[in-house]
Amino acid sequence: MHMLKVAAITVASLFLSACGYNTLQVQDEAVKSAWSEVVNQYQRRADLIPNLVATVKGFAAQEQAVLVGVTEARARATQVNVDANNPESLKQFQAAQGELSSALSRLMVVVERYPELKSDQNFRDLQAQLEGTENRITVARNRYIQAVQDFNVTVRRFPTNLTAMVFGYDVKPNFTVENEAAIATPPTVDFSSTPAPAGQPPAAAEPAPAPAGG
Amino acid sequence: MPLIASGRPGLRLLAALSCAAAILACGPAYTQALVAVPPLSSPVTDLAGALTPDQSAALDAKLRAFESAQGSQVAVLIVPTTQPEEIEQYALRVAEAWKIGRGGVDDGAILLVALEDRRVRIEVGYGLEGALPDATANRIIEEDIVPQFRRGDFAGGIATGVDRMLRVIEGEPLPEPQARSPAQGVPGLFQVLPFLFVFAMAGGAALRRMLGRVGGALATGGLLGFLTWVLVGILGFAIGVGIFAFILVLLGGLGGGGGGGAGGNGWYSRRHGGGWGHPGGFGGGGGGFGGGWSGGGGGFGGGGASGRW
Repeated sequence: MHMLKVAAITVASLFLSACGYNTLQVQDEAVKSAWSEVVNQYQRRADLIPNLVATVKGFAAQEQAVLVGVTEARARATQVNVDANNPESLKQFQAAQGELSSALSRLMVVVERYPELKSDQNFRDLQAQLEGTENRITVARNRYIQAVQDFNVTVRRFPTNLTAMVFGYDVKPNFTVENEAAIATPPTVDFSSTPAPAGQPPAAAEPAPAPAGG
Repeated sequence: MPLIASGRPGLRLLAALSCAAAILACGPAYTQALVAVPPLSSPVTDLAGALTPDQSAALDAKLRAFESAQGSQVAVLIVPTTQPEEIEQYALRVAEAWKIGRGGVDDGAILLVALEDRRVRIEVGYGLEGALPDATANRIIEEDIVPQFRRGDFAGGIATGVDRMLRVIEGEPLPEPQARSPAQGVPGLFQVLPFLFVFAMAGGAALRRMLGRVGGALATGGLLGFLTWVLVGILGFAIGVGIFAFILVLLGGLGGGGGGGAGGNGWYSRRHGGGWGHPGGFGGGGGGFGGGWSGGGGGFGGGGASGRW
């Protein structure tokens, strides 16, 4: 009889731990820290830009349009106040950062026309830092996407979804691929001798691996 | 069709199986397999035959000596190709699998060369980003490695690049190296946990019979706590395990559920433990037996630089 009572208590306590409350806490914190890493890396990119613009201005001061475009895009991107739990806010944040990426691509296209600028050691260092930061952004995004995925699976799967409902945890929004149609169409490659107009950004709006893992 | 409709069970089964076989033979939609991350057994992993055995051994010795002197780990990996991935993606997968560098300090670096792709990358761990920022890594690639690669001198390029990386890392104030912790060769905690629980049950029952309920519980708790302390090295955790075993044996026969729960929690912590750098005992996991080389649990964040020749 005593053994039966003890066994019953054990089973009941197991049920409690199987409900996943602790798991939700751990994963929620993981999502938060992954998100702050993403924001951190985007901020790092934004911090590189004034230096970059100043260096390019030293060699290509006449490219006013592009330089002003980059500076303004940076200002807009750093002004966005983002709440990672709100899908609209996340989309706005993504859009602003995407515009900054486009502005930077345009700047790099312009830089191609200035060989002295390209061979300047200062500029090459900045370019290396920018590429490194883009890579870090990609890594941080991927880790965030993974953390959100883990959390969402726990929130949606039985029986932890019951715990999630009781304590008010909902699925979190994730990074989306903007403009899937534009990315699906392959870029046109044109080797004709007329230079591309300065306002033509290269195809995809967001860098490298699409969250879909393509 | 008439064969199947005739209802003979044997023939129906045969028809079903051959249909299944036909479908399977078509195969899944073609997906290009990713390049596997090679197992880590030495600082130099040359899968493309770019280095002669002598050069490889010399580099290996240099990197091991550096680790003993400085504590930081540097690894070299040469592969034929990283396609379909970009070298940055592949380098990150390798870094996350190998965990070069000391846990917590994250002072690891990997020099990755993809011979057929003609790409080279230096992947830098979190802790070395001060000594080896992206700009410096880029300079090492552009000034030291790529010119020699262009001449076809891979061994020379790698040696020069590694030398410069080591010099740069030496200049950085990092924690002193410690002798490879003995816990490295001991099985990691989560592999030992099930055995501890089995022992608690078997040993607990026996000791209870010998020493009575409370005595047996005390003895089991004490023994298990001591064992845990020896294996894992964390006194507080060992005390906790001892108390837990004491309660188990006291109540008698609860081992099964407790073991399952603890095993489950262990999995979650290990999943999230990737970049946190557990102390040596946790991450050691049996990889450090005699002569091999393993990562120390260092984390990577995608820093570094790439180049092409």
